Amino acid sequence: MLKRIITLAGTLGLCLSLATPAQAGPKEDLARFQHFYLKRFPGVPLKEFANGVYAIDKVSRENWEAIEEFPPYEPYVEEGKEMWNTPFKDGKGYKDCFPDGPAIKADYPRWDAASKRVLTLELAINECRQAHGEKPLKYKKGPIAILTAYIAWESRGKPTHVVIPDDPDARAAYERGKRFWLARRGQLNFSCATCHAQNAGKHIRADILSPALGHTTHFPVYRSKWGELGTLHRRFTGCNKQVRAKPFKPQSEQYRDLEYFLTYMSNGIPLNGPGARK
Amino acid sequence: MRTAPFPPLSGMALASAMALTAGLAAPLQATAGPSAQALEQGRKIAFTRKLGNCLACHHIAGGTAAGNIGPPLVAMKQRYPNKAKLHAQIWDATVANPETPMPPFGRHQILTERQIDLLTDYIWSL
Ligand code: HEC
Ligand code: HEC
Repeated sequence: MLKRIITLAGTLGLCLSLATPAQAGPKEDLARFQHFYLKRFPGVPLKEFANGVYAIDKVSRENWEAIEEFPPYEPYVEEGKEMWNTPFKDGKGYKDCFPDGPAIKADYPRWDAASKRVLTLELAINECRQAHGEKPLKYKKGPIAILTAYIAWESRGKPTHVVIPDDPDARAAYERGKRFWLARRGQLNFSCATCHAQNAGKHIRADILSPALGHTTHFPVYRSKWGELGTLHRRFTGCNKQVRAKPFKPQSEQYRDLEYFLTYMSNGIPLNGPGARK
Repeated sequence: MRTAPFPPLSGMALASAMALTAGLAAPLQATAGPSAQALEQGRKIAFTRKLGNCLACHHIAGGTAAGNIGPPLVAMKQRYPNKAKLHAQIWDATVANPETPMPPFGRHQILTERQIDLLTDYIWSL
């Protein structure tokens, strides 16, 4: 336990100084976090961080811009629209659960005071489906990614604006997410911060490590490596596995809290999903 | 040191390192060094993704598409006149620098003791 605390405090001190004692809250964390990246990548405006590696590397950006001419996610957006408009067996539809839909991506993740947990878009979709007698969708890829691709598309341009309400349980979820992001894990002993803060912009073998600022704006994402769409939690799973850590389940409390912290850190950056990545 | 992950080798440090190497050279040459075959085994451990994967972060002569998170591994005898210190760095880099991104290859049993010995000999030959 002691060792863990030291590790966290150390990482924070070096990279982001997020760990200053309890009085520093989410707002102070946010300011420090964004300042860290804006200082490390001078000349890259806040909004640009929505483009990951392509915001900081010219060569990768040129390849990506060529791909964006015929976006590989486009057919999925169409398919997702059809899903959105197809009624459930009981005759109701997504619109009955989400009256403001489909442009609702910016409303998630959010703290749900009634159920005392972080509610993500994917979770809300499945709860809607189940309330109407439909089977829940799997969380990493396939229909859920297709439906959220349409929702993301319709939500483009809205700023990320996660709220951490003044509620000790919400605050605790935020802190758990932050600790998850900072904690070293796996046989290879990396934290998310090791790769995406301390070494953001550096090459790990042939890959350039993206800044964590903007990490959440463009999901679901079409990855050439996957040859299909995947959700944010699919990406978390992959990044856990590559350090030989046991991944958590998509939509587990751990990953929802992580998403809550990580999305909050991108507050102010407009949504630009679905994205295309290598 | 902690805030400068790639400590520059100052002229002074280099000079004293060379003096030390010179001092060590005689006794070391008396005992036979690692065979070419052992060095090749060490190189394979360094280059193989599932083993050392040192190329993920370090440029090493003969390796391709190396990362740049760590310093290039060159002139190792000058930087590490004492081979035991090199071994310790590979065993657990967090001892010298708790913030290092470098995985603790020995402490976390990423590699076996034997593999780390072979690797150390190889890295020391660079
Ligand atoms: C060993 C290095 C490493 C660690 C540790 C790591 N990642 Fe990654 N991550 C990568 C690489 C490499 C990529 C692909 C290139 C890029 O976009 O950075 C990536 C990509 C991502 C992306 C997609 C970025 C985009 O623009 O689409 C997200 C999100 C992400 N990581 C989150 C995390 C989180 C959260 C953690 C901790 C649970 C984590 N990563 C841990 C190496 C790492
Ligand atoms: C994820 C990145 C990473 C990996 C993988 C990695 N290293 Fe390192 N290594 C570093 C960094 C960064 C440093 C700089 C010192 C520090 O961080 O304290 C370093 C320092 C070193 C040093 C000291 C160099 C000097 O001049 O002081 C040696 C020797 C070394 N590494 C060997 C290895 C070997 C051998 C492997 C593979 C078995 C390896 N490293 C894998 C990141 C890495």
